[in-house]
Amino acid sequence: MYAQMVQTDATHVRKLDEMSPEERAFQERIDRGEKIEPKEWMPDAYRKTLIRQIGQHAHSEIVGQLPEGNWITRAPTLERKAILLAKVQDEAGHGLYLYCAAETLGVSRDELTELLHSGKMKYSSIFNYPTLTWADIGAVGWLVDGAAIMNQVPLQRTSYGPYARAMIRICKEESFHQRQGYDIMMKMAQGTPEQKAMAQDALNRFWGPALMMFGPSDKESVHSAQSMAWKIKINSNDELRQKFVDQTVPQAKYLGLTVPDETLRWNEEKGGHDFAEPDWSEFFEVLAGNGPCNRERLSARVKAWEDGAWFREGLVAHSEKVAARRAAPRAAAE
Amino acid sequence: MSAAQAPAPQQALHEALLRIGDSTLILGHRVSEWCGHSPVLEEDIALANVALDLIGQTQLWLGLAGEVEGAGRSADALAYRRDAAQFRNLLIAERPNGDFGMTLMRQYLFDAYHMLLLQRLTASSDPRVAAIAAKAAKEVAYHLERSADLVVRLGDGTEESRRRMQTALDELWSYTGEFFIADAIDEAMADAAIMPHPASLKDAWLAEVSATLSEATLKVPASTYAHKGGRRGVHSEHLGHLLANMQFLQRAYPTAVW
Repeated sequence: MYAQMVQTDATHVRKLDEMSPEERAFQERIDRGEKIEPKEWMPDAYRKTLIRQIGQHAHSEIVGQLPEGNWITRAPTLERKAILLAKVQDEAGHGLYLYCAAETLGVSRDELTELLHSGKMKYSSIFNYPTLTWADIGAVGWLVDGAAIMNQVPLQRTSYGPYARAMIRICKEESFHQRQGYDIMMKMAQGTPEQKAMAQDALNRFWGPALMMFGPSDKESVHSAQSMAWKIKINSNDELRQKFVDQTVPQAKYLGLTVPDETLRWNEEKGGHDFAEPDWSEFFEVLAGNGPCNRERLSARVKAWEDGAWFREGLVAHSEKVAARRAAPRAAAE
Repeated sequence: MSAAQAPAPQQALHEALLRIGDSTLILGHRVSEWCGHSPVLEEDIALANVALDLIGQTQLWLGLAGEVEGAGRSADALAYRRDAAQFRNLLIAERPNGDFGMTLMRQYLFDAYHMLLLQRLTASSDPRVAAIAAKAAKEVAYHLERSADLVVRLGDGTEESRRRMQTALDELWSYTGEFFIADAIDEAMADAAIMPHPASLKDAWLAEVSATLSEATLKVPASTYAHKGGRRGVHSEHLGHLLANMQFLQRAYPTAVW
């Protein structure tokens, strides 16, 4: 999940009889499963919440280039380098679709970028963890993209048309990303003792942070309830986390790796695994800016933006010159 | 040159293929260093795409180089298990990225050459070379269109963007002469109609580059000095560092399969 703990400004989920006629008609369309399109009326809170959610998702794609980019130059074969380049290029493309989806809600990409750089908008906590070995690139694809898919597949049915359509395209590519991650893990797990150790170490380090990607339990959260009423959130955090654990545990077993959770057990009665909660104090520290890579990730993005200012300004100046040159002969002729 | 000095044909072809494949490998590597750090999202996407094309072409060129050599070396073995002195890339490919203007200018000067080379290679007497060139030419046509367009827009942009592009051009110009310098291997390739004679590309390259740079309001440097050596394995200090990074896993875990 690339959007965590998105605020809705709600104090409670609004009931139909509290709503204005416009708002009620809007909610009824959502209840019927209709898509909301950019120029149609929508409540301000719906618009604002979507901007936060899509913006956070877009920022995650962009910042998410960095931990994987960390290994592009050291990818161990030409094939692996090409695959990783293609994957990271996809992530940048996802960022682009998502910023475009957010623009349909009346916020520019530059405004969102500014909010990211000033720390007012977040990106997924997972990208504040380092990629220390090549196996981490496998673990990121397998676990991080795997967790993202859990959230994004249902979002293909989200109520906001541009977001739902972006998600359909993104999901196709994400499933390829997850497969490439698992493929790296297979090679590592079947490899030399050093490779196996790297694979286990990557799972040990990424398991908890991957579970945190779904966010803390939102059983009691008004924001989640409101988002679910608007169908911009489809499942609860706990449901998705459970689904992720149930899917991932057999995959780890197939790799011959041990999930770092001594309490992990199959629970016949609930038809799912029992597992330990990740360390939520660590999660909140990472959100507060104290993760291992928060400063580096954000400063890398800010530096890229600032160092590139002359480039962007140059392109704008050129297009203005071209427009002026086109206008000049016309003015002279008049 | 007398016949006695001519390299054995297979050996010459192997070397000539390394010169192309190593150049695409090293430049692709350099471009990939930008990943996530470029000035705008569209450039992150474009650079990853260019790097991906160059690495894909490397797999084909080095794959063929290994096949021609006949010693059982794969493209990966050639990329990851040779030291700097065995690399045959053009020096311009290993120039550090510098600012984005330097990276773009390096790309443009190379793309203009690369396109001409590939166009000629599509008529190679060796069908394997012609086939790889035909595939790569489609990709490089796009690289050239993009880099030429950006050079024009930034040259004829703000004072600052023009200054940066001119600085990049002044610094990189002396690395373009190497494109056109021939040795015995090039002569052998040209005699066999496998590859064009390097000198035969020069006029067309200069015409293309002069037209674009003039549109970009940039001044072609007067110096004709050419740094050379990359194509025979004499490199700058930069290549060793690049290889230390690129080859790390293969060197640290030589028995591993990835």
